[in-house]
Amino acid sequence: MATAIVAYGLSRRSLPGVAIAAAAAPFAYRGITGEWPGLSNGVADTRVALAGGRGIHVREAVRLEVPLEAVYAFWRRLENLPRFMSHLREVRDLGGGRSHWVAEGPAGAAVEWDAEIINEIPNEVIGWRSMPGSDVASAGSVRFSTARQGRSTQVSIHLQYATPGGRPAQLLAFVLGHDPAHMIREDLRRMKQLLEAGEIPRAAEGATA
Amino acid sequence: MRAVCYYGRQDVRVETVPDPEILNPRDAIIRVTATAICGSDLHIYGGYIPTMQKGDVLGHEFMGEVMEVGRENHRLKPGERVVVPFTIACGQCFFCKEQLWSLCDNSNPNAWVAEKLYGYSASGLFGYSHMYGGYAGGQAEYVRVPFADVGPLRVPASLRDEQVLFLSDVFPTGYMAAENCQIAPGDTVAVWGCGPVGQFAIQSAFLLGAERVIAIDRFPERLALASSFSKAEVLDYSRVDVLDALRELTGGQGPDACIDAVGLESHGTTLDAWYDRAKTSMSLATDRPHALRQAINACRKGGTVSIPGVYGGWLDKFPLGAAFAKGLTLKMGQTHMHRYMPRLLDHIERGNIDPSFIITHRVGLEDAPEMYEAFRAKEDACVKVVMTPGGPAARPAGDRSASS
Repeated sequence: MATAIVAYGLSRRSLPGVAIAAAAAPFAYRGITGEWPGLSNGVADTRVALAGGRGIHVREAVRLEVPLEAVYAFWRRLENLPRFMSHLREVRDLGGGRSHWVAEGPAGAAVEWDAEIINEIPNEVIGWRSMPGSDVASAGSVRFSTARQGRSTQVSIHLQYATPGGRPAQLLAFVLGHDPAHMIREDLRRMKQLLEAGEIPRAAEGATA
Repeated sequence: MRAVCYYGRQDVRVETVPDPEILNPRDAIIRVTATAICGSDLHIYGGYIPTMQKGDVLGHEFMGEVMEVGRENHRLKPGERVVVPFTIACGQCFFCKEQLWSLCDNSNPNAWVAEKLYGYSASGLFGYSHMYGGYAGGQAEYVRVPFADVGPLRVPASLRDEQVLFLSDVFPTGYMAAENCQIAPGDTVAVWGCGPVGQFAIQSAFLLGAERVIAIDRFPERLALASSFSKAEVLDYSRVDVLDALRELTGGQGPDACIDAVGLESHGTTLDAWYDRAKTSMSLATDRPHALRQAINACRKGGTVSIPGVYGGWLDKFPLGAAFAKGLTLKMGQTHMHRYMPRLLDHIERGNIDPSFIITHRVGLEDAPEMYEAFRAKEDACVKVVMTPGGPAARPAGDRSASS
């Protein structure tokens, strides 16, 4: 596969641009989490790290032929996420909107952090951010909407994490790989396959595949 | 098990490889009783299809007996006899629901590779490169069939393997090519290429109401088949000027629809064909669209050009100006197999068509390397090779042993 890709001159996707005007900062934050800054509890360091649209943004969307309510319920049960997010080992719901995340880190070590849901409108949006003091600083939202006059469901994900520099950001950058947009897109594809077809397609390993 | 494996340009070998296993809940394992070499396998054999790897099991035309099914496959039972479509479809996505089965969203594990090339990925295919999923093909004793609760079609015991095997690809492909022509009663259809897909396109065009079909090739045995079995008028492009002849045969108007059943390795005797050959041999172009250019130029104003022939890359000197000036409709793509298989099985059962007429060679699996070469070189009047895994090498004594 690798040689074939090189042969076709396929380049890695570039990261999305990160510049957002300072004046738009509160709107940017709200855009990510669906929540106005300063309205939620807790120490502000995740917000500081990500304030003003700072950091890396990843936006991807996928459309699927499954009723919106079923897709939302699948996502809301956070333990389901490792079934299609390849970098996650485990997500545990701690109750009260809090959760514990374990991802694949450098040299097989686990990267762990706690997150909290800071915005939730059933069948519309789930927004979260990492808790202060975590290994990583990230925020994100998943939005659910209908398309094709209600026949299809669209899932749009917006993920933000701190620009490479500090240790938290480096760890998350490792977790998401060199090309976060590609990784998230493949995660969403697996989610769609799992929910639509009931399984993730695969061929046998090896040259005879 | 024994399987036909790809090892490079004009290099296929019969090897012992691991037996396939159930990997996903909707899978089935099929014991292959008959499998054919497709003209599109020759594109792989010729080195035109990217993302093939050494050792890949070839073959996408096959049928057999269900041996084992996955836990979520509630449709097939061991012992049932089925023919398997070459395109793999989940049955649940937008495209499957729209009957656009060969465009299934969920059956290609390597969809992102195809997306880099084409924007979006079509369905996974058996034995047709890693860009199309890396699935092992059916030129083998056994094959794993994903989403086997959607694709395989049960066939009645009253029909022989040879009568139903071509429901796996070439019969539906020829039929969709004709259907794409939107034939009206009285229409004349011209077909470039009298291989198996061309033959089925000719017969399907008649089934769909065409008044005349004009078939174009240069190999005498193929023209003879088009004339005697498929009842077409025939043109030998090595002897006549095709555009002039078609103009004359249609009273100066041109055929109402044209079918390119040749694809990316088109031959040809005109200047543009030699130009294509030079460019592809130097890797300056990927495809040789000579037949397609001619089909576009020959087609009447407002007509349809239907393209079942496979193209993979970038075409040079594509006469879009002619297509635009004449207001042509172009229709193409891999066959939406699942849409056509039941109705074509019905045609076979009623005796409207017996697809076995195209078979020229009946051999064992071990003869595959020799047969690929004979088919490529069009030696020994080779039109269609059917292989029986585990069966005896059924070739007539002596006549093909010298070919390499």
